[in-house]
Amino acid sequence: MAEEFLRIDKLVKSFGGIPVVKGVDLGFNKGEFVSLLGPSGCGKTTILRMIAGFERPDSGRIVVEGNDIAHLQPNQRKIGMVFQAYALFPNMNVAENVGFGLKIAGMPRPQREARVEEMLKLIGLSGYDKRFPFELSGGQQQRVALARALAPSPRMLLLDEPLSALDAKIRVSLREQIREIQRELGITTVFVTHDQEEALSISDRIVVLNAGSVEQFGQPFEIYNRPQTKFVATFVGQLNTLNATVANAGQKTVTVGGATVTIPSLPATLRDGEAVALTMRPEAVSLADGATRDIVLDGKVAEVHFLGSVIRLKVDLGDNAISLDTFNDQRTPPPPHGAPVRIGIASSDVLVLGN
Amino acid sequence: MKQGKLWSWVIFILGALYFLVPLYATFDFSLHIRRDHLSFDAYANVLNDPRFQAAFSYSLIIGAAAIVVGLLLVVPAAYYVRLRAPHLRPIIEFITLLPLIIPAIILVFGYIRMYNTSSLIPLLGTNFGSDVLLTLAYVALALPYMYRAVDTGLRTIDVQTLTEAANILGANQATIIARVIFPNIIVAVLSGAFLTLAIVIGEFTIASLLNRQVFGVYMQNVGANRAYEPSALAVISFVITWGAMGMIQLLARFAPKTARLD
Repeated sequence: MAEEFLRIDKLVKSFGGIPVVKGVDLGFNKGEFVSLLGPSGCGKTTILRMIAGFERPDSGRIVVEGNDIAHLQPNQRKIGMVFQAYALFPNMNVAENVGFGLKIAGMPRPQREARVEEMLKLIGLSGYDKRFPFELSGGQQQRVALARALAPSPRMLLLDEPLSALDAKIRVSLREQIREIQRELGITTVFVTHDQEEALSISDRIVVLNAGSVEQFGQPFEIYNRPQTKFVATFVGQLNTLNATVANAGQKTVTVGGATVTIPSLPATLRDGEAVALTMRPEAVSLADGATRDIVLDGKVAEVHFLGSVIRLKVDLGDNAISLDTFNDQRTPPPPHGAPVRIGIASSDVLVLGN
Repeated sequence: MKQGKLWSWVIFILGALYFLVPLYATFDFSLHIRRDHLSFDAYANVLNDPRFQAAFSYSLIIGAAAIVVGLLLVVPAAYYVRLRAPHLRPIIEFITLLPLIIPAIILVFGYIRMYNTSSLIPLLGTNFGSDVLLTLAYVALALPYMYRAVDTGLRTIDVQTLTEAANILGANQATIIARVIFPNIIVAVLSGAFLTLAIVIGEFTIASLLNRQVFGVYMQNVGANRAYEPSALAVISFVITWGAMGMIQLLARFAPKTARLD
């Protein structure tokens, strides 16, 4: 395997005696787009700020291309960064903002102007060079901020929740544009977000953080479908829980809703008769079609949420309640509130998670 | 008209009269140097007096020096307090308020004691030393206004994020202050500068006791020996002060606009 581009070793940081980052170890490959995902206060922004040099780690190493950069000032690290609040310089127009880093680096004017033009073309804002930040929309400002960060050809790009101040539609289009530009330039990128959909949609890999520690580090498909902890399973996507009893731990069978089924993921540590929580994603549950699903349960429709292409139903099973997602069918309306329904779950889709 | 609105106007008119009547009386008096008709002769006398020109020029030079020194001191200090040491803010605010609490007469006697010819730093031994001391005294005197003006300017921008954005693009602290922070608080800085100028133009106590021939001292001398010219000088002084205030308002229109968030 090729040497990692960015290596974070046993990174620790506290504020006022309260640990915020607790011995984080991570390795990112060159050209990779990695998201740091987690709730507020999980330490994701602090890790990003330590990579940028705005915070000093209490201990641990940050190694880029084999060199420890922890002792370097932010202006010596050759890293580009985009901030949540855009942070464009209000006294400078678009061209001056984008060319700021180049001017500081002493690039002669003709080359600088050419590079600014190239960057504006990259972000689709050619002809906006004379405009001031207050004359641009939020999305345009953030694109200028991206161009400004990329203009000096940094070796790495840091994105600190760059989309959270934008409205939903712009957010989606801009994240696609960011990903496209990142792929085109092949620049290693670390993206901080608390929005799991954002992280899942654009990342090569995701680091899920909780209370200063890494819960899981993997590709979006793994994170979503094979969460290693309960926190990851509940934070990334929706999760259903069914209360069951272990029937035969050796044979991995449980009793749920009066039926005995085999759960391949049942941990060997459980004992017969022990209560166990079975979890599954809403899309792993379907309105009964017993042929392909070995767990079949009867209940009543408690809630119907029509979301457009998807319909989310909440089914009351007596002891349990379960949400399921089904695609909208133009010819068949969803079952009404209170209607009896049969649901099916494939036991291979069931997860039994530890804490 | 509603009752409340009527009273607002009454109070406003009374307040305006309180300020404008003495000013008008002074102006009117300054025009009566000739018994038979109104004239601007008092103004001509003042403006043609070489001592006026010397005193006024000297005040402007000292004022400009006080503005430059004050800005070099206040802008980095206010920036640093806002960015790195917000816990020092109450202490800094208290220090900057001291010139309002300590009367100028106390301040100048302190200076004379500290910097007389037999002291360790005998600034008062030379004309240039006295000019330096007068400049520094005015910096102290204008500190409450200058600090607040700059601090208010810093409040209107996101100092930390702008600093970090410039820093990661390769800029050092001096470059950040000069190219990013300063241009974005220029109107606040100019407000502080014009307030400093207004204070320097009207100051008398310190300059008089340091034996410096500033505008205020010239006014006092003229006032002791002439009748109409002091009124003309008072009006000129008002015009200069109001001109400075008007400039603050005018320049506010050219302030860099804060970027919109949507």
